[in-house]
Amino acid sequence: MLGNGWGFWVSAGGRFPPPEFTGGYRMPGLNPAPPPAAWLAWLDVAMLALALAAMIFFAHRKSSRRGILGVAVFSVFYFGFYRHGCVCSVGALQNVALAAANANYDFPWTVAAFFVLPLAAALFWGRVFCAGVCPLGALQELVLWRPVKIPAWLERGLRLFAWAYLGLAVLLAATGTVFVICRYDPFVLFFRLHGSFSMLMAGLAVLALAAVVGRPYCRFLCPYGVLLRICAGLARWPLRLMDEEECAMTRICYQECPYGAILRPVPEKEGGLGFGHGRLALVFAVGLAAVLVGGWLGWRAAPELARWHATVALAERVALENAGKVKGTTLESRAFRQLGLPADELLSDALRVRRQFQFGAPLMGVFVGMCLAGAFWRSLRSPPARAVFSIDPSFCLVCARCLDACPVLKKRRIAAIGE
Amino acid sequence: MSGDKDRRGFLKSLGRLAGLAAVAGLGAWARPKMSDFQSRWQLDPRKCVQCGRCATACVLKPSAVKCVHAHAICGYCDLCTGFFVSQPNSRNTGAENQQCPTGAIKRAFVEDPYFEYSVDPEKCIACARCVKGCTSFGNGSLFLQVMHDRCQNCNQCAIARVCPAQAFSRISSKNPYRLKGAA
Ligand code: SF4
Ligand code: SF4
Ligand code: SF4
Repeated sequence: MLGNGWGFWVSAGGRFPPPEFTGGYRMPGLNPAPPPAAWLAWLDVAMLALALAAMIFFAHRKSSRRGILGVAVFSVFYFGFYRHGCVCSVGALQNVALAAANANYDFPWTVAAFFVLPLAAALFWGRVFCAGVCPLGALQELVLWRPVKIPAWLERGLRLFAWAYLGLAVLLAATGTVFVICRYDPFVLFFRLHGSFSMLMAGLAVLALAAVVGRPYCRFLCPYGVLLRICAGLARWPLRLMDEEECAMTRICYQECPYGAILRPVPEKEGGLGFGHGRLALVFAVGLAAVLVGGWLGWRAAPELARWHATVALAERVALENAGKVKGTTLESRAFRQLGLPADELLSDALRVRRQFQFGAPLMGVFVGMCLAGAFWRSLRSPPARAVFSIDPSFCLVCARCLDACPVLKKRRIAAIGE
Repeated sequence: MSGDKDRRGFLKSLGRLAGLAAVAGLGAWARPKMSDFQSRWQLDPRKCVQCGRCATACVLKPSAVKCVHAHAICGYCDLCTGFFVSQPNSRNTGAENQQCPTGAIKRAFVEDPYFEYSVDPEKCIACARCVKGCTSFGNGSLFLQVMHDRCQNCNQCAIARVCPAQAFSRISSKNPYRLKGAA
């Protein structure tokens, strides 16, 4: 009787009415466990605030490398290994983009706090978040072994990638495609002790690179770092070296900084070059061209980018299958057919996403073009004259190596202790 | 020189004010969207096609997804298509006769001819084999759910990215399950 498999057995309709028990059987209920209490998320926010405060104290007040590394170790353990890297401020920018674009998304307060706190801190004290509160930054800080110096022009060029990555991440998050920063986070799999082989290889490669090139992710890729650069550039009390009279011009700070954030002195005359009409026109023309080309490229790339969205990929696949242009089916197209969802709904969904990309991708292109134009402008403009070595707060990751090594400041600290 | 510095300091202060205003503006704009609840990942069991990726794609091992059982819609069948493989040698509970690779489903006699089935979440790996059997031929009372006591709430769920049925979405922690057979 069992030999025929289920087919015969369920042919009569196959669905069975719930039984009526006579023996006083009590049916178990279905009460799956609730999510962790909300205050735990606030605990994370409190930890973030606390770590930021500790960082401000150790970096700004004490210039203490040991204190900074201590906070970094804490972050790696708390935000990294304990919280498995989620949610982090870097990823939170995608939640903000999603909340901006999608009215139905429940935007948690705590995620908003993760996004805002480090930026607010940067407006006053520079990138203290990067110093070692960010688990990604902290991990790279801890593996840095023998930093090599990167030529300034290369440094400036590589920094631009972060702008492009920011544009892409916002576009993909706002369209609900994927949180690409999380997807390609090279370190999170160390925190989770689990991940795909390819991401493990990528993560190991970045870590190995980070042993000799200080914080490659932070300097050249981190999309949140772009926002931090802007805020830190406006910082009220950024990390500072000293005024002209005191500096002994030893260049030690310049050599110590592994992140290319020390500005060398610029003689007065060199800085005096004016900005003639010809140059102004050139900058304007290049800027306009960059913006137009960026927008055009974005517009051209939009259909390709839209394919990253599962709905668009599925709709295209189903259309191709229906037209007999491809052989076979995919798991996705089979799932779609099995569920028997209305095809025109899929199509209209896909078209809506496609329209979002057709609007957003050119915008992203213009944004990247503007960044390139800005970089070009800056490369032409002669920097203001500077008598001594100083810190560029936008790119300073507040590691305090320079302050720690500077002989003048060291003497000052010793004198302060003596008093 | 010092005038230049003053001017730049002033511009910077303006910029900082603008930055603070931007932050405040962002808050004011996002205020109505903001929620006391977290967003949590959950899968819609009505969309799930039992592909088996929940078992393999989750960042946790074993997966944060588990099979749950809505007894309210279960038929309590003797010959459970979620419990037994499609051509069992005999109707006994030997491992070779069970769908579940880990023996996570417990079968208990209730009264003639009914049997109660329950899932041990400690053993379940979310392979969805039982779900497939139950959904294809039975009442669909066995189904998968993201278990929120286990789920890390990754900002981008690794399963959601590869779910062929797009069954995953972010929902409010106010009501973080999508149960079948609930009143
Ligand atoms: S640059 Fe980005 S990854 Fe690096 S420490 Fe700062 S926020 Fe973190
Ligand atoms: S068959 Fe798979 S999904 Fe069902 S209980 Fe067993 S392990 Fe879980
Ligand atoms: S959010 Fe993360 S832990 Fe939860 S089900 Fe998805 S991958 Fe697994």
